Amino acid sequence: MSLIETRKLTKRYPGVVALDAVDFDLAEGEVHVLFGENGAGKSTLISMLAGAKAPTSGDILLNGQPVAFASVADAQAKGIYTVFQEFSLIPTLTVAQNIFLGWEPCRGPFVDHRAMRRRAAGMLGELGFDIDPNAVVAGLSRAQQQMVEITKAFHGDLKVLILDEPTASLTDREVDHLFKFVLSLKRRGIGIVYISHRIQEFIRIADRITVLRDGAKVGTVPMADTDDAALVEMMTGRAIDEIYPRIDAAPGAEVLKVEGLRSKGLHSASFTLRAGEVLGVAGLVGSGKSRLFRTIMGLLPRHGGRVELLGNDISDASTAQIITSGLYYLSPDRKAEGLDLAKTSNDNLGLNLVMGDKLGKGGWFVNWGAVRRETQAISDHVELQPSYRTKPVSQLSGGNQQKVLFGKCFGQNAEVYIFDEPTVGVDMGTRSALYLLIKELAEAGKAVVVISSDLPEVLNLANRILVMAQGRLSAELTGADMTEEQVLRFFFDESGAVV
Amino acid sequence: MTSEVKRNGAVHALRTVFVRVGVLPFFLVGALVIFTALSSKFLTGQNLVNVARQSVYLVLVSMGQMLVLISGGFDLSVGTAIALTSVVSALGMVWAAGIFPDAVWIAILIGTFMGFGAALMVGLVNGLGVAFFNVSPFIMTLGVSSVGAGFALFLTGGVPVSGLPFAFADTFGFGRLWGVPVPVLVALACIVLMWLFMSRTRLGTQVYAVGGNIKAAHLSAINTRRTLTLAYVICALIASLTGLLLTARVESGEANLGGSIALESIAACVIAGVSLRGGIGRVENVVLGAFFIALLQNGMNLAQVSSYMQMVLLGSLLILAVIFDQLRYRLILSGD
Repeated sequence: MSLIETRKLTKRYPGVVALDAVDFDLAEGEVHVLFGENGAGKSTLISMLAGAKAPTSGDILLNGQPVAFASVADAQAKGIYTVFQEFSLIPTLTVAQNIFLGWEPCRGPFVDHRAMRRRAAGMLGELGFDIDPNAVVAGLSRAQQQMVEITKAFHGDLKVLILDEPTASLTDREVDHLFKFVLSLKRRGIGIVYISHRIQEFIRIADRITVLRDGAKVGTVPMADTDDAALVEMMTGRAIDEIYPRIDAAPGAEVLKVEGLRSKGLHSASFTLRAGEVLGVAGLVGSGKSRLFRTIMGLLPRHGGRVELLGNDISDASTAQIITSGLYYLSPDRKAEGLDLAKTSNDNLGLNLVMGDKLGKGGWFVNWGAVRRETQAISDHVELQPSYRTKPVSQLSGGNQQKVLFGKCFGQNAEVYIFDEPTVGVDMGTRSALYLLIKELAEAGKAVVVISSDLPEVLNLANRILVMAQGRLSAELTGADMTEEQVLRFFFDESGAVV
Repeated sequence: MTSEVKRNGAVHALRTVFVRVGVLPFFLVGALVIFTALSSKFLTGQNLVNVARQSVYLVLVSMGQMLVLISGGFDLSVGTAIALTSVVSALGMVWAAGIFPDAVWIAILIGTFMGFGAALMVGLVNGLGVAFFNVSPFIMTLGVSSVGAGFALFLTGGVPVSGLPFAFADTFGFGRLWGVPVPVLVALACIVLMWLFMSRTRLGTQVYAVGGNIKAAHLSAINTRRTLTLAYVICALIASLTGLLLTARVESGEANLGGSIALESIAACVIAGVSLRGGIGRVENVVLGAFFIALLQNGMNLAQVSSYMQMVLLGSLLILAVIFDQLRYRLILSGD
């Protein structure tokens, strides 16, 4: 019998069906992965299992009995605990206080702090988490905070643990630890729903995988019977070669030269970049692949080494100077540091035209007529629908926001384009459009860098790949060596620099 | 049914005006209706010209305040910049007039530049603190306003500085050019310059960008620290100009000038649709917002509302405007 099961579970919002008649079941001691793109319905499904939202129609069965959760607390009382991406921890309180928040052991009217600390230490120890119960949560790493969050699940009789993108910001070692822990829960008969879009990671622990697309279930397959190409095809509805364009890379003159670059968590990186090539940069979260390029851009303090752009030393230049001298960096976080959300797409694109050199350099005054014309040309180029151009960017979908972000890099004539996670949270249709823009830049003779946690993206776009592990360049792969196995081998490389 | 459609249409139109311009049109219409009903003298050409002249000082300061608000901060020290300018310029003029008794205009010029210099320091300290040391604008400008006010009182011992050259007050306090009071002309020139700056120059665009999303601005090749500093410096210099005009008006250097102008200028901006989150605001609306505050004070005077109750009303109005600003920002982000 299934631990928890859904029958024709449906969630409708005015004008949208977020989840359409999905059947799902979880057995005791099973790791069941929910896989799909952003907006596929994964979050909607788990928010109903977690008790955060009520279904429009359909049933949830717990141990074969229909249940309705009144709230998240109600679901928790029935043994279903969800660790969301946004933790429910109070940063200023201690670990023990957080674990017992709302459950404080009391002596008379007063909280019994000593008992609380003792029991918290006991719970942490039992789960194998090495965390001081007296530590303040704000001072913990993201992985440790996640452990505290998980520990909170063990107040009652835990039956189902739901983990929403749990590895999103963990380092590889922390991921290993998390997976060991998940396997130990499995042995205790606890069912685990695991939401992720990282195939390379979840193949290590998954028993079955349910793929969702556009709110509907595509299918459920045992991990043993499938592979990542098949899963991607299920997720996107297209074969891989329909998504990625063929890029005719023609590496020319050297444009960027990095020598012994060091920063916090980045150990002496050296590489060169040529015009007309696409350099892929792969690595796990925390491997330093983003940090390397943020250091080059002057966004992180440089502790040593030098950076040359077209023969000029730009090691000490400010970010603004670096961008102006021809290095464009596309941020991985369009909301926090990419776009001004309250402004329209036109305003956002206009800013880069005002600052860039496409409409002539410098000058005090802005030629708004020229900016308007060029904004329109860029919007056409990135295929942003006319009706979206005058709306605040916050109202656009993730895919369209990313098109605006891409449009910003056409505001100037850069020599090097660094795309940091260029398609994060973007649907497949938009992805292939964005890949065509990358192809166009590379074939126009620009040097392009694609930093991505999405391995197929790196493998299919790049003509040369740098792999990073633990703050070092662990490999440089070209030609026939550019395979998933090779890259993965260097993901976990402990030996250090190879290049 | 048609009347319902019409009503929905009207609500929709009002909503559009609210999202585009903010709360100002509604407040303005409300004030006009109420004060016209309360006093027959209110809606006369003579009175409105009067209000226009009285509003000059607030219009100027509000434009500086707007610049800082759009950059994502705010400036509580505008009153101090005014007081410091008044005291320093007056002391400077008196001192210089003693040295060059025959060259009144040189003395005035020296005093003026000393006043600007003092305000420049205020603006620079604010800007450096906010941009380079990441002090919150609230604490930074609050602290500076205490420091500046202390200096102004220290320099004068709390006694107004008198004995300014007559030409100064005659020209900048009470003078007219082509029949228009000089302060009004100065304000008009400033409005035009400010409008050009905000809407036509690259620097103005940068101020909007920094307030809208400072990280995105940084990644768009903007020197965000310089831009922030510039906003505080320009704000202080405009306040300084206002301080000079006020000094000429009262014919002495006074450390208590500009006491309530920080609150009034923030109120004028917020009512005029400048977002407290930064990135949003227009010069022409702010001018109208400052005019509205002056109109309100004038109307309340005519309606014989006591000055104490005026303070109560102004504070309440500011809070109300901020509440509406929250609502408006949510409407902008979410769309209809």
